[in-house]
Amino acid sequence: MLYEQELKTFVEGTTNFFEVAAQHPASIGSPYLMEGSPSVHEYTGVINISGKREGVVYFTAPKAMLTVLLMKMQENDFSHETMKDLVGEVANTISGNARRDFGRDFVISVPSVLSGEKPALPQRPGLRSFIIPINWRSHSAKLVVSLT
Amino acid sequence: MGNATVNGKRPFKLLIVDDSNIMRRRIERSQQFEELQLVGTAGNGFEALELFKKTDPDVVTMDLTMPRMDGIECISKLVALKPAVRILVISALADKATAVEAMEKGANGFLNKPFTDRQLNEAIAELMR
Repeated sequence: MLYEQELKTFVEGTTNFFEVAAQHPASIGSPYLMEGSPSVHEYTGVINISGKREGVVYFTAPKAMLTVLLMKMQENDFSHETMKDLVGEVANTISGNARRDFGRDFVISVPSVLSGEKPALPQRPGLRSFIIPINWRSHSAKLVVSLT
Repeated sequence: MGNATVNGKRPFKLLIVDDSNIMRRRIERSQQFEELQLVGTAGNGFEALELFKKTDPDVVTMDLTMPRMDGIECISKLVALKPAVRILVISALADKATAVEAMEKGANGFLNKPFTDRQLNEAIAELMR
């Protein structure tokens, strides 16, 4: 279960990513808690967490948002593989940055990426998820944090 | 990738290591040093080690979280092969202990992701000083 300060770490990491990498701040909605698997967008980057905490962190976004994000990053490859690469990198960056507060025992995996509207997301039974809504330009995405 | 000089000086050979294609291209595109000559890119530590032996780079940018062989292990192996190599870690891992470990293994600089072009170029300039 996440404490409020820990949740703030992920909110700040998300804010920082969009400010620096996308050069345009995102508006972060109020985080909320839910049971079961939340709905996802077309592309989802998943980071498995182990060590002193266990669970998953994932970033899920629609293709349209990722396309604009890639353009802002001066990329000119908008292929399916590049979309997958990007969601994985966003999830990796936000999770890795969280070690500033969680410490090195917050062990992050390399990203795995799911695409499609109803992918099988890893979910530990009984573990609830915090959803952090992300609004960037005219697009919506979310960061999902589900940790012991 | 030839041996031509830049302003009469031998160019520094650059190897970029990151498991993200986007990041590899970003680093290549954003670095502004004409004396840096890209000799290769690698997606994990194993590939980096192979390319390192073939291309003998002077400067390496190194991600840490990668499949097959992570960056920390790779740094140790590269430094054992060429102690004078200059290594800039570019990683999302933001805890102090990881930065200290990377430096102890032989890295010369540490830049956190996400980064701006300016931060990247300042870190590379520091590395080549």
